[in-house]
Amino acid sequence: MLTNEIVKQKLVEKFAEQVTNFGEPYGLLTFEAPKEMNLKVLNFLYDDERLKFRFLTDICAVHYPDQKGRELAVVYHLHNMQDNIRVRFKVFTDIEKPDVYTATGLFSAANWMERETYDFYGVKFTGHPNMKRILNVEEMDYFPLRKEYPLEDQARIDKDDEMFGRE
Amino acid sequence: MTEQHIKLPEGSIEKTTTTLNLGPTHPATHGVFQNILELDGERVVSAEQTVGYIHRAFEKIAERRTLYQITPLTDRLNYCSPPLNNMGWHMTCEKLLGLKIPKRVDYLRVIIMELARISDHLICNSIVGVDAGAYTGFLYVMQYRELIYEIYEEVCGARLTTNIGRIGGFERNFNDIAFQKLEKFLKEYPGVLKEFENLFQRNRIFMERTMGTGAISAERALNYGFTGPNLRAAGVDYDVRVHAPYSSYEDFDFSIPVGTTGDNYDRWLVRNQEMWQSLRIIEQAYQKVQEFKGAEAEVYHADAPEYYLPPKELVYTRMEPMIWHFKIIMGEINMPVGEVYHSVEAGNGELGFYLISDGGRTPYRLHFRRPCFIYYQAFEELIKGSMLSDAIITMSSLNLIAGEMDA
Repeated sequence: MLTNEIVKQKLVEKFAEQVTNFGEPYGLLTFEAPKEMNLKVLNFLYDDERLKFRFLTDICAVHYPDQKGRELAVVYHLHNMQDNIRVRFKVFTDIEKPDVYTATGLFSAANWMERETYDFYGVKFTGHPNMKRILNVEEMDYFPLRKEYPLEDQARIDKDDEMFGRE
Repeated sequence: MTEQHIKLPEGSIEKTTTTLNLGPTHPATHGVFQNILELDGERVVSAEQTVGYIHRAFEKIAERRTLYQITPLTDRLNYCSPPLNNMGWHMTCEKLLGLKIPKRVDYLRVIIMELARISDHLICNSIVGVDAGAYTGFLYVMQYRELIYEIYEEVCGARLTTNIGRIGGFERNFNDIAFQKLEKFLKEYPGVLKEFENLFQRNRIFMERTMGTGAISAERALNYGFTGPNLRAAGVDYDVRVHAPYSSYEDFDFSIPVGTTGDNYDRWLVRNQEMWQSLRIIEQAYQKVQEFKGAEAEVYHADAPEYYLPPKELVYTRMEPMIWHFKIIMGEINMPVGEVYHSVEAGNGELGFYLISDGGRTPYRLHFRRPCFIYYQAFEELIKGSMLSDAIITMSSLNLIAGEMDA
């Protein structure tokens, strides 16, 4: 039976200190690698006889404007259906140069997921066969899910708990 | 067709294929999305799918809403089975918050979710029939979907965009009428489904229209990220209810139907069998619900004062519930920091919620894994070289829901 421990061990054996930030939030093994390495890691997870992460559940991006030089995270959720175990794999990229290698060679499913990621966050997937917007209009010249386009805050923060006699 | 029917002058550059815009408002697409088909006579040479016509930026809106305000957004993903989306979202929140849900709530949820699955599959299968030229089945089963909607109505007051349940349970206990309606449904529906099945399953015309069209191998289906009935029709027995049981699905006895060829006929059969399995699950769940006695039979939500609205009479008479009421409604509860992925088996497959919280009052990032969006990209591969009329059946048998695709 494949466990998070074994996956982690395998990754460390193969990539040494290049895979970092291991964690298990809510039981899901999460780790990070430099963005140049993303295909190597994905390929290893796919091909390795023991790991066999051959189902791409999801790709999405997250914007962290405060992390200089690593503002955009691309998050892959992978699934090994035989052993029924998932991993979450992240790469971080500079927002000025958001180029990440495409996973379309490995997973056909990555095609639209990457287009969606590009559409909303502007992550450019190098080698993608059809890198254009998917849900938004093609004339759009910004990436709407980035944090510099805030919506109006609906949650009130102007009121203190102190006034209610607590904390 | 190698020879042209009309002789073109020597050196003519006139194109020999026809471009057909199927959608975005074509009656055969059953939703707002576009296919640009290149046709050679009636054969599809290539297809390009365009989506996004009803994109509503739910992921962005969710970043400024507290958890309970996001539930109505999930209604509008797969609008053929909104309770499945609602429940999936509630469970994601509960996972983040670490809430423990009472068994009775789990079982009630299972009843609602399986009812939703039946209504989803019912629509899909009867629409496949409509596209194959059999309108009768569709008209006939619609009145039984009505029974399901009436049960929703009794439980939450709404029919289509249900917003059913709350974080921690249900907004109110199921009343007697709801259970009576459920009993009525359980009594009448098997006969109806049997009749519906008889109309199609061994129907020569239907079989010949659907067998061998829109087929995909298990390998390709997995590579394309297929989940749900469409993947199972190709022969992979992946079902989130079994692989990662949520809401006490492990307490139920049911089987996962699989197909072999992954074509339109198998997809139809898998959905049909799943409806029978759903009925089995509902019967078991209803029985389990009835086994609760005394105070236990009154439990319909978890104890989660920070997220579950207190009863109105307490809000008006006591201080503490009133404070909670205001804090919840105004969205003044800070969530725990965390990163959670939770998925449920929705009508079309694995519906995933990836929620990142930075400890604020609204999600830092919320991403929906919409099964339909992911498998629609395989459409070209499914229909290349087939007839236009087969492409239409393939489209409906994939159960493409525009709301889910575009989020």
